[in-house]
Amino acid sequence: MSGMLSNLQILTVAPVFNVQLIIDGLLIGAVFALAAYGMALVWGVMNIINITQGEFVVLGGYVAVEFAAHGIHPLFAVPVAAVFLYVVGWLVYRGVIFRVVDQDLFISLLATFGISILLQQLMNTVFGADVRVANAHLDSWQILGGMVTVSQVKVVSFVTCVALGLGLMWFLKASRLGQAIRATAQNARAARVLGINTDHVYATTYALNAAICGTAGALIAMAYTIHPYIGLPYTLRSFMIVIVAGLGNLGGVILSGVGLGIAENYAGFILGAQFQLAFVFLLLVAVLVVRNWCLQRQRRYLK
Amino acid sequence: MTGGTRVAVWGALLALGLAAPFLFPAYLQQIATLWLFVVFALTWDLVGGQMGYNSFGNVVFVGVGMYGCAVTQIGLFYSVGAYTAARGGGTEFVFNMPQYLGGLATGVVAGGLLAVVTALVLGSLVLGMRGHYFAICTLGLGVAAGELAAGWNWIGAGSGMTAPTAPDALDVNSFYYYLCFILAVVTFFATRWLLSTRFGLAINAIRDDEDKAEAMGLPTTRLKVAAWMFSGFFLGLAGGIYGNMNRFIDPNDLAFAGSTIGVWMVLMAILGGKGTLWGPVIGAAVFQVFKELFWTYLLGWQRVALGLLIVLIVVFFPQGILGYLRERFPALFGHTIDPDPAGASEPEEARP
Amino acid sequence: MSALLEVSGVSKSFGGVRANDNISLKVDDGRIIGLIGPNGSGKTTLFSSIVGFHPIDGGSIRFEGKEISQNTVPEIARMGLLRTFQQTRIYSKMTCVENMLISRSMRGRAFTDFFRQRSSQKVDRADDLLEFVGLFSKRNLMAGSLSFGQQKLLEFAMALMSEPKMLMLDEPTAGINPTLINGLIDRLRRANAEFGITLFVIEHNMRVIMNLAEHIYCLAHGELLAEGPPEAIQNDQRVVDAYLGTH
Repeated sequence: MSGMLSNLQILTVAPVFNVQLIIDGLLIGAVFALAAYGMALVWGVMNIINITQGEFVVLGGYVAVEFAAHGIHPLFAVPVAAVFLYVVGWLVYRGVIFRVVDQDLFISLLATFGISILLQQLMNTVFGADVRVANAHLDSWQILGGMVTVSQVKVVSFVTCVALGLGLMWFLKASRLGQAIRATAQNARAARVLGINTDHVYATTYALNAAICGTAGALIAMAYTIHPYIGLPYTLRSFMIVIVAGLGNLGGVILSGVGLGIAENYAGFILGAQFQLAFVFLLLVAVLVVRNWCLQRQRRYLK
Repeated sequence: MTGGTRVAVWGALLALGLAAPFLFPAYLQQIATLWLFVVFALTWDLVGGQMGYNSFGNVVFVGVGMYGCAVTQIGLFYSVGAYTAARGGGTEFVFNMPQYLGGLATGVVAGGLLAVVTALVLGSLVLGMRGHYFAICTLGLGVAAGELAAGWNWIGAGSGMTAPTAPDALDVNSFYYYLCFILAVVTFFATRWLLSTRFGLAINAIRDDEDKAEAMGLPTTRLKVAAWMFSGFFLGLAGGIYGNMNRFIDPNDLAFAGSTIGVWMVLMAILGGKGTLWGPVIGAAVFQVFKELFWTYLLGWQRVALGLLIVLIVVFFPQGILGYLRERFPALFGHTIDPDPAGASEPEEARP
Repeated sequence: MSALLEVSGVSKSFGGVRANDNISLKVDDGRIIGLIGPNGSGKTTLFSSIVGFHPIDGGSIRFEGKEISQNTVPEIARMGLLRTFQQTRIYSKMTCVENMLISRSMRGRAFTDFFRQRSSQKVDRADDLLEFVGLFSKRNLMAGSLSFGQQKLLEFAMALMSEPKMLMLDEPTAGINPTLINGLIDRLRRANAEFGITLFVIEHNMRVIMNLAEHIYCLAHGELLAEGPPEAIQNDQRVVDAYLGTH
């Protein structure tokens, strides 16, 4: 407890530390937002909450790790991870997801949970449980008199996420497939009647989401660290962001993602790194409880 | 099943359960775990299958029971902080027979009661949500509890706690086996009793149509919290026994990462048949058999196999064993098929 | 004869749509009152407002003299004010008898009462009511396997089981085989006459409501358009216009 108070004091006594926390939070927030965007896509189009989200991210990360381990610069791994995860996502859809798309949400929740456990354990067995990094050999900038460090690879990751997010937005608005996806999200039956192959749309959306996660994962492996059990926290972060921002709200997703990144950094600094994940999970619970409580005052509930 | 057959089946199971230490001494630990799994599955199904609130966070109550029991057992005689700092009890922290048994009894009950209070508090907060929001919220609670336990130094943080060492005179294997067995039997009959009361009907009504239940005046909030408290109690007791049986209280058992009892209990209930009394029992047994087979023959890949099993069950066999049997042989379950589905609504067939 | 239910100036909006606009009406104890109006006139919304399904934007609702607009749905139901649903809601995975048993009145009973075994007396009463609606032969079947019309009757029987003081029925004859409607009307009258239950009924079937109700309220576009005995309402040009859409 006293440790936490003294950490808090540091922030007020030396305000420059706040800058560090905010910048770091901003940079990782973009990655959170990207993963959340993918989850919102799948949720909005197929009404499936993809618990496998985090595992797709971690898998993308391992692509980057393997590239680096074999001497190839991990930046090349980013598009490869995207393609690889697209294929994985497609296979997962064809193998499992398409069977649970129109069943009740609990079954699809359990199914994606099962796949997440399967993938997690596969990665654990194949890659080992150690924390890994894909070293990008980039430097850091020292600003504000050397008190604040801005890691270049984190900036690269941020820029990539923003670019990818913008690209996705354009794709959904302008391309035929993107429009088909949006139409299916609004009204699947009407889309079918109009000749859209909704099964193809579902498969593409799910695979696209996996690719998005894979990209995020590759960036995370370069800029941060990964290990087989870091998946579920990413899933829950994405879910939290989607809940706070709402399904169709890209701006909200970005804001929430960045907000979460910053909040997490502060929590890690004040409470200690060992409680950072606990903070994230309890924040999720708090968001849901508060949301529901507000609805209950109007005699409604989260559903 | 007729009354006579039912009693015979119970009698056989009871006899087998009591005789297990003599019949299968090599597998005693595994069968004891099976009995605990029965408790996990039954309590999950009460709130999940019978009431429709699928919780991914019931493991919190196991954890509260586990740690609550250990803290009580140790705290009655020594300083808990000193004990955990010593990392493993060591030789300074000795428990003689009355201390051990007394501590254990108090601890297990304390763990159960603490779990009940936890269920009351958490239930009041989260049972207002429905469906997948409830499921994910409880998932968050489950993993948060694991993380908190792994960070709290007083209870050993990531290294966990060693359970008090039993005095040599106690045959721990048989002793804990019987504790698990008795708990499973008690939980089974308590659940059976609860389901036979109006409460059982009420929670089924909540599952089938909660808005209708409210519109008919059922006090749904109180019913839901009561159900979770009932489950929490037995989970807390189980946690206390589980921690002592393994001689080690590990926060990783609570965490979700790596597929642990938190999600297994859901699978067991589904595998056996959600919403039935015997389904969770059968599911727990079958699951434990699979798990032991995987651990023995697929070492290195056992958890991957378990993950695959989970996917297969959920996707291809969600109705579970009893659900499947009920569809194929409805008569066995006393389900009357309507001989006259289009039947008129006029009372041509008066009551005898 | 006192007003069992008094609705005064009740308004309810959803987004920009004013579903109920300053509605005032009353239902006297022991009577059968009708509520009619074209689709979208706010009838079901009014019912939902009265039983507490959603909070109202303004106005007051009094049941037996007590203000109930701030109470929750279960609380209002336990006071004896029940409603049946337009889409007919029953507990589909329980048998008809079980549906009846769980609908037993809770007045004067503590929460601990839930932990009592299911007694045979209650089963007798459940059987009586199932026979009353003509579903005795289906008593042990899953409620979900009944036809729509049969489920409607089950819902009605469940409401009777709860011994309400007032029952609000949302289109009780919709979807019922026309040859069976007379039987249903007969049962509604008997419920009112023999069990003393006040009835407030939304209906689209004019023949039914004109025969059944003693006093009728007509809604249109969320407002109270007209009220009066059946003959007056039938001949009221405003009511005719509202239904035919000419105004």
